Amino acid sequence: MTETTIYVAKKILTMNPNQPEVTHVAVRDGRILGAGVLSDLEPWGTYTLDDRFSDKVLMPGFVEGHAHTMEGTLWRKTYVGWFDRRDPDGKTWAGLKSIDSVIERLKETEAQMTDPDAALSGWGLDPIYMNNQRVSRHDLDKVSTTRPIGVLHASGHILNVNTKALEVSGLLKPGVNHDGIPLAEDGLSTGEIYGMDAMSPVGPHVGFDRAMTDCDEQGLRDYAKLCVRAGVTTCTDLAARLTDESVAMMLKVTSEDRFPARLVPLRIFFGMSAKDVVEYAQALGKKSTDRLRLGRIKAVADGSIQGFSARMRWPGYHNGAPNGLWYTAPDQMSELYHLALKAGVQVHTHTNGDQATQMALDMLEPALRAHPSPDHRFTLQHCQLADAAQFRKMKALEMCVNLFANHHFYWGDEHYRLTVGPERAERMNACRTALDTGVPMTIHSDAPVTPLGPLFTAWCAVNRITASGRTQGEGEKIDMAAALHAITLGAAYTLHMDGEVGSIEVGKQADFAVLDEDPMVVDVMALKDIPVWGTVQGGRVFAAGEL
Amino acid sequence: MTDAVLPVITIGGYLGSGKTTLLNNLLRRADGRRLAVLVNEFGELPIDEDLIVAEDENMISIAGGCICCSFGNDLIGALNELAMLDPPPDYVVIESSGVAIPGAIVSTFSLIDGFRSDGIVVVVDGETVQAAAKDDYIGDTITRQLSDAEIVLVNKLDLVEPEQEKDLASWLSEMAPDAAQVPARFGDVAPETILGVVAEPSTGHTAPHSDAQFESMILRPNDDVDASLLAQDLATGGYGVIRAKGYVAGAEGQTWLIQTVGRRWQAEQAPGHGVTGIVCLGLRGLLLRDQVGKLAIDCCG
Repeated sequence: MTETTIYVAKKILTMNPNQPEVTHVAVRDGRILGAGVLSDLEPWGTYTLDDRFSDKVLMPGFVEGHAHTMEGTLWRKTYVGWFDRRDPDGKTWAGLKSIDSVIERLKETEAQMTDPDAALSGWGLDPIYMNNQRVSRHDLDKVSTTRPIGVLHASGHILNVNTKALEVSGLLKPGVNHDGIPLAEDGLSTGEIYGMDAMSPVGPHVGFDRAMTDCDEQGLRDYAKLCVRAGVTTCTDLAARLTDESVAMMLKVTSEDRFPARLVPLRIFFGMSAKDVVEYAQALGKKSTDRLRLGRIKAVADGSIQGFSARMRWPGYHNGAPNGLWYTAPDQMSELYHLALKAGVQVHTHTNGDQATQMALDMLEPALRAHPSPDHRFTLQHCQLADAAQFRKMKALEMCVNLFANHHFYWGDEHYRLTVGPERAERMNACRTALDTGVPMTIHSDAPVTPLGPLFTAWCAVNRITASGRTQGEGEKIDMAAALHAITLGAAYTLHMDGEVGSIEVGKQADFAVLDEDPMVVDVMALKDIPVWGTVQGGRVFAAGEL
Repeated sequence: MTDAVLPVITIGGYLGSGKTTLLNNLLRRADGRRLAVLVNEFGELPIDEDLIVAEDENMISIAGGCICCSFGNDLIGALNELAMLDPPPDYVVIESSGVAIPGAIVSTFSLIDGFRSDGIVVVVDGETVQAAAKDDYIGDTITRQLSDAEIVLVNKLDLVEPEQEKDLASWLSEMAPDAAQVPARFGDVAPETILGVVAEPSTGHTAPHSDAQFESMILRPNDDVDASLLAQDLATGGYGVIRAKGYVAGAEGQTWLIQTVGRRWQAEQAPGHGVTGIVCLGLRGLLLRDQVGKLAIDCCG
């Protein structure tokens, strides 16, 4: 098929420095035949001129370098977060500003449920914006005393349950002795469950089991709708188990005619030895298709900062909490890096605390000496607390970084006040330092932890505003052009896909984000509010309004 | 899983301390005990090849009716599956990851019914543990592991100079104040040390243990025993008792089950057990038999 379509747009931001702005882009066989003015493209032969984007601004389809497709499955549960959030079908769920309104929304769901024994699950709760008000099992009992209820917090690290849920999971008993399960005066659990370990007996009874990070079929289709609404055409799934069944499912769903995204799932380094996981990733890589890119590994060094499970260097947590936990031992990380470099398999490593970052750097350096690997692009994910010297080291080791810009907005105030204190909170997610140092950099949402939306993520990095409205870390702001680069070519680079996506240039995939306004012209504070009309992915047009 | 409660032994310790070797020795010397071993991952041969009878994605079947499963990140799920096995295993042994804090594992599985902790064993590399405890990255992990220990298996002593052994022992008793220390070479110790002694020797799998390294004795107190006091004395009296377990008759004729591991002890009512007697296990020459024997009299009303 050699039909050519030439799209005309109000403006096309190409991210190609040789012609940053053009008006026309020609598409053939799902790829970009050329970009420029119409007369540049006409010599390619007969074409259809498509003017549906004539009042739109096209950008390269956004690339999300750190998200989880499980958000697609979460939307089948009830959203009870503080912030407004849009679901896959485009409905915006109003943020809930009190515990009472959370109860009300859960009651609305409850009233529609037909199976009297089915569990009711909610997600996105974040009482830190409600003066850290506690939610007890008695609060959730107002929704139902006969069916188990569980509400997962936005961080994913805390679960609130009702009395029935405690009862069916065997936790409604005196003498429970677990750091993650505080007891009320009556000697019984308050219904607040902290941490994945404590959640594990009750989670499966309230719709949150350990496998929930694996998306299901419908969830994947729903997740792809979120991608279209956010202008995303290439998206990672950053910690998947990638079992035979889930890979088969992903291959099936992503190959559907109207599946609108290119998915890049990384196999998590857990429950498998370093040797096995490298071999597994290599074998998966061979199954890759155009819309499902396999063969990379995600390792997790430590926990989270707000959960006090991140590994911190001296002087540690601002509130004196003990140091966090290693999720992967330094020796295991070292073994993984050696074997992966040797095999040419890319590893992305989650590090939150600055000691975890240092550990990854310290383990990678000798591995690189043993297995010199030009263009390895090993990437630190989150890497929220890295200091300038660590960025210099990343540069020296030719690493990439994916900073958690959205986190700064949602939890920046908490970090300032409680976890790391003002000085380190100001430098968190140091985009400016990364770029000044020359470390290839992108920024991310970690959806579902925060909503998928690269324009919002860019807004966070440009403005560094926290939820309370403070500017935190003036010196780490980046400009609009750098932010737009980060959410396109920047992310593509961390995946070795920058030759294929991330800019509108001849030969690349015909992947576009279709915007109603021009991000280079709007006020920097309005960046997040630019409406996304939809996407073009592999030359196929997806209107958000018609999903 | 109604009334049967499975004993769970948690084995912790940093990478390279010898947990896997210890596990293989346990399996080799299981001697009729049916162990279910849960490992964090199927690494490169967690189980010696000659012990393996069959292997699939989720389970390795081992000679003598033992099994090994990997639990990945779902310990509770794996335990619930074990509880449904027919017949259930005699013991569950969890080999935790090198960076796990064993006390946290115990508090997690203690949340569900049907299991009870029967010992936290922390394996250390006798040659390197003191240096490792000072490491910026893993030092605090190692000291946290030790502080949870009920038994410290001091492994690789073949690599430790005799004069350093004393220093190591006193350092360990500071780091692991609740633990009995058991020296080991190549992870080779009597299975009773790790799995516990059988409370009723006359009906158990094996006779009370006795070999070159360990010795055991049976304490047969008269009736009218203050079970808590006896358990506490056995655990904390400094008599060289690594583990003790058995039944005694209390003041009003009730039967009590006494268990000690290291310096931790437990005494609970256990109606329906007629045979009394407590099996005490210690290191050969270090079990103070006379003083332990005297407890049988001291702790009676």
